[in-house]
Amino acid sequence: MIGQAIQVLVDAVSVGGLYSLTALGIGLIFGVMRLINFAHAQLITIAGYALLVLLTPSAVLAVLGAVVAAVLLALLVERTAFRPLRGADPATLLIASFAVSFFIEKVTIMLVGSRPKGVDFLPALAGQVEIAGVRLQLLQLVTIVVSVVLLVTTTWFLKSTRLGLEMRAAAENFRMAEVLGIRANRVIATAFAISGLLAAAVACLFVAQTGLVQPRMGLQLVIIAFVGTVIGGLGSLPGAAIGGFLVGVATILLQALLPPDLRVFREAFLFVAVTVVLLFRPQGLIPARGLRERV
Amino acid sequence: MRSVVDMPSSGTILADVRGLVVRYGGIAAVQGVDISIRAGEAVAIVGPNGAGKTSLLSAIAGIVRPSAGSIHIGGKPLAGFALSDVVRQGVALVPEGRNIFGSLTVLENLRLGATPRLDASVAADIDRVLSDFPILGERRDQPAGQLSGGEQQMLAIARAMLSRPRLLMLDEPSLGLAPAIVDRVYDLLRGIRSQGVSVLVVEQNAARAFAFADRACVMSHGVFTLTGTPGEIGSDAAFDSAYFGVAMAENGGPV
Repeated sequence: MIGQAIQVLVDAVSVGGLYSLTALGIGLIFGVMRLINFAHAQLITIAGYALLVLLTPSAVLAVLGAVVAAVLLALLVERTAFRPLRGADPATLLIASFAVSFFIEKVTIMLVGSRPKGVDFLPALAGQVEIAGVRLQLLQLVTIVVSVVLLVTTTWFLKSTRLGLEMRAAAENFRMAEVLGIRANRVIATAFAISGLLAAAVACLFVAQTGLVQPRMGLQLVIIAFVGTVIGGLGSLPGAAIGGFLVGVATILLQALLPPDLRVFREAFLFVAVTVVLLFRPQGLIPARGLRERV
Repeated sequence: MRSVVDMPSSGTILADVRGLVVRYGGIAAVQGVDISIRAGEAVAIVGPNGAGKTSLLSAIAGIVRPSAGSIHIGGKPLAGFALSDVVRQGVALVPEGRNIFGSLTVLENLRLGATPRLDASVAADIDRVLSDFPILGERRDQPAGQLSGGEQQMLAIARAMLSRPRLLMLDEPSLGLAPAIVDRVYDLLRGIRSQGVSVLVVEQNAARAFAFADRACVMSHGVFTLTGTPGEIGSDAAFDSAYFGVAMAENGGPV
């Protein structure tokens, strides 16, 4: 019984970590640009396909390729689609973000087809380990460790580096940051590069779990993670990470605790929970400061 | 309404604004303003709410692009600079409402103030600020949003000064502060001025601004209606009507 509970807990934490990383990637971009970047889904997807293509030579090369592909696509999207729209109103940015997301998805389908492809990425991680009498999947432990390391590293970057300080300032009041001499292009490009890096990490972990890549693989992750950023408080980075984590945990706990007949409706329960949270805390669990633009 | 042209008597011109027009959509907030600020002088712009004072400062700070007219800083046209490079030309702004970063610590706010600087004495300058303002020193690692309004104003001014500006601009520095705190703010501005930094202050609180400035401009409906020394303006019978935005054109205007 306790063993089972620990298994569910580990499962919940590992899925929570995955959503947390995704939500953080979305939250970083929203923070500095007030843009909800649905094309984050395609960053995950392209990283997945980079794994597929480069896995044959070596797994290390595949991971590096995934990172490079996602970061380059993130920078390309920023430069070509979002930079000309900087300062546009949020509705325009949202529509543009949908457009970019659909565009890349359709191009991907054109190039590689819409059917899922199997990727035997890091099969060794599918094995089980026994810790104190509880059998756990190695991959879930790796997912938790990678999530923690990336969350800690991102936090360190934001708290302890000059560029991180500039990003936090820009996230609170972009205009004032520019008045003080902070260069918008540098801060925004950095945010996109980090979101690409996080997307690549999510892709690696997700592909290792599912063993598949397909053109819509990023979308479901991004939709659920986006819900997480809203619960956490749009514009707040700790909020995004925690909100994403909670949504992931809730998904698994609902799966485990709901009576079997109701399990198919677990997303409905999830969204009811989200609605309740927002009824009581419309600004999210950790509200962001300074969502105003005026100087 | 006729506008008057502000011209300093002598000295190097640091900021030179000619024929400035700022429009938001169809509304012209600034409708042809000329002002020059010499190195080391203190200039006040007073006027009622909605006179265009903030728009004028925003244009000089590079936040809004003028629809017409020119702004030169140290002889260089401002139009050629990105917003983030204006501070590198020696212009610093303390906006209305201060706009400190409330979620960042006091120390982080100060470090951001030194963004344009590449020299090695930034850390020493920040240490001096923290010892000159003991309350900021005590709270250096606390979120700046926890400071009182007056402390936030001190932080905002100190942050702006860390860029080592030649021209410091302040929008309504006394707004929402107790009179004793306003005294301290203006004492601080006098100290800054005595270091040779030009100060351009926009105020609704005309008495405070007049007591501080060498020259003053009264702004109403997007133009300067009076300029001169604070003494001249204060004794001008037209001041009250200009300040309160009475339609002077009907009366033949103040000049």
